[in-house]
Amino acid sequence: MKSIGNAQAVLAGDRRAIARALTEVENDTKFGSALLDELFVYTGKAHLVGVTGSPGAGKSSLVNQIAKIFRKPKVGQPVRVGIVAVDPSSPFTGGAILGDRVRMRDLSGDSGVFIRSMATRGTLGGLAKKTSAFAQILDAAGYELILIETVGAGQSEVDIARLAHTTIVVESPGMGDDIQAIKAGILEIADILVVNKADQPMADLTLRALKANLDLAHPQQFSAFDRMHLHTLAFEPIPIVSSDVPDIWFPPLFPTVSTRGEGIELLVEAIVAHKAYLQDNGQWQQREAARLQEELNDLLLSYFASQWRMQVNKSKIEEVVHDLLARKYSPQQSLKRLL
Amino acid sequence: MERKIRVLIAKPGLDGHDRGAKLIARALRDAGMEVIYTGLRQTPEMISEAALQEDVDVVGLSILSGAHMGLVPRILKSLQENGMQDVHVFVGGIIPEEDMPALLEMGVSAVYGPGTVTQQVVKDVRKIVLGYTEE
Repeated sequence: MKSIGNAQAVLAGDRRAIARALTEVENDTKFGSALLDELFVYTGKAHLVGVTGSPGAGKSSLVNQIAKIFRKPKVGQPVRVGIVAVDPSSPFTGGAILGDRVRMRDLSGDSGVFIRSMATRGTLGGLAKKTSAFAQILDAAGYELILIETVGAGQSEVDIARLAHTTIVVESPGMGDDIQAIKAGILEIADILVVNKADQPMADLTLRALKANLDLAHPQQFSAFDRMHLHTLAFEPIPIVSSDVPDIWFPPLFPTVSTRGEGIELLVEAIVAHKAYLQDNGQWQQREAARLQEELNDLLLSYFASQWRMQVNKSKIEEVVHDLLARKYSPQQSLKRLL
Repeated sequence: MERKIRVLIAKPGLDGHDRGAKLIARALRDAGMEVIYTGLRQTPEMISEAALQEDVDVVGLSILSGAHMGLVPRILKSLQENGMQDVHVFVGGIIPEEDMPALLEMGVSAVYGPGTVTQQVVKDVRKIVLGYTEE
């Protein structure tokens, strides 16, 4: 029988209790959701930083280097770092290889760092369903900086931008030409852009293409609320209005060599600067507001779906689906028949 | 939904060959488990720390260096110090048959030598964690 973690032990930073809490939450148990409810009032303090980019771009190594600097800052106190590293589950077997820890061995033995790997378990978009809940638990447990590493992302795995306060997009040399650089999607969500493996021959080209794209952008700020509109809520979201017009954040671009730790100091400075920017311009609250309302929205939708499932009888669903597959009724007509 | 089995695959000690470890990791993945792979040259402390943070059900150790009689007790002790005495430990690699009883005596759940069929490992892990095997 494994010891059951509890809220008090999580708040006290007991590592075994934190690990158990994460498992309960990940498995969506009653105990896990009760724990989240209890811990919620203690959350909202941590800086959530997302690290995303294509497979093999060097996200894990970069997370390792970033965490090292926050643990041994040149000025000030060491920051407690939580890391959530997401890797994909097999769509066929549900199994997964979670290999991000391989690149994070420098952090081993440091009690101020907690690393947890998680599999997507069927969720698309670059994160797992419970990644946000993991961040809340680590936040409540007193980790001040939470680095969230997404699965190797393509062009449209942009969920991280909804969860994180600060999103770092990592590219590697040879990503494509300047047309790739102006496409919509993952590059747009970057608060900070990194070209890793900058010691490789193609690095200059990639840096130039990305730099040119940043220069093309008209100075404007997509607030977290504008972003949320990409994704319609079931209710009218309440905006957090700030009285001042916010300053504009220009995403900086950094070359790094994460295996050797080059360029990381500047990147860390930008992370700290972005946090200050968010806080000074009301953007922190905006992003929190957008995220929490989206979370409520997701819960609402899954609640109504399960309510509906309980009311409708199974043979009716089968009949409707059967007719749909036989092309007797369109998907729209099928919906009406089910309601 | 059947609960996910989480397994840590680790290579303690100094030998640099992880083909066996990867083979097992892959077989467990294909059996629907979540496998945390930590790479080469792990100390006992690194292994037990990873097992704790990842809250795994099983720790699989791959040892080819012949140092198993020294490493395994240290890993078991470190797991115990972390409150992970309930985790099931499997050992695979180049383990002479005469050492196997002693390893099992220490509290290792199973020992696998060269020539092990990966499906046997999958079956044993399921049996030990879930308490049954599905055929």
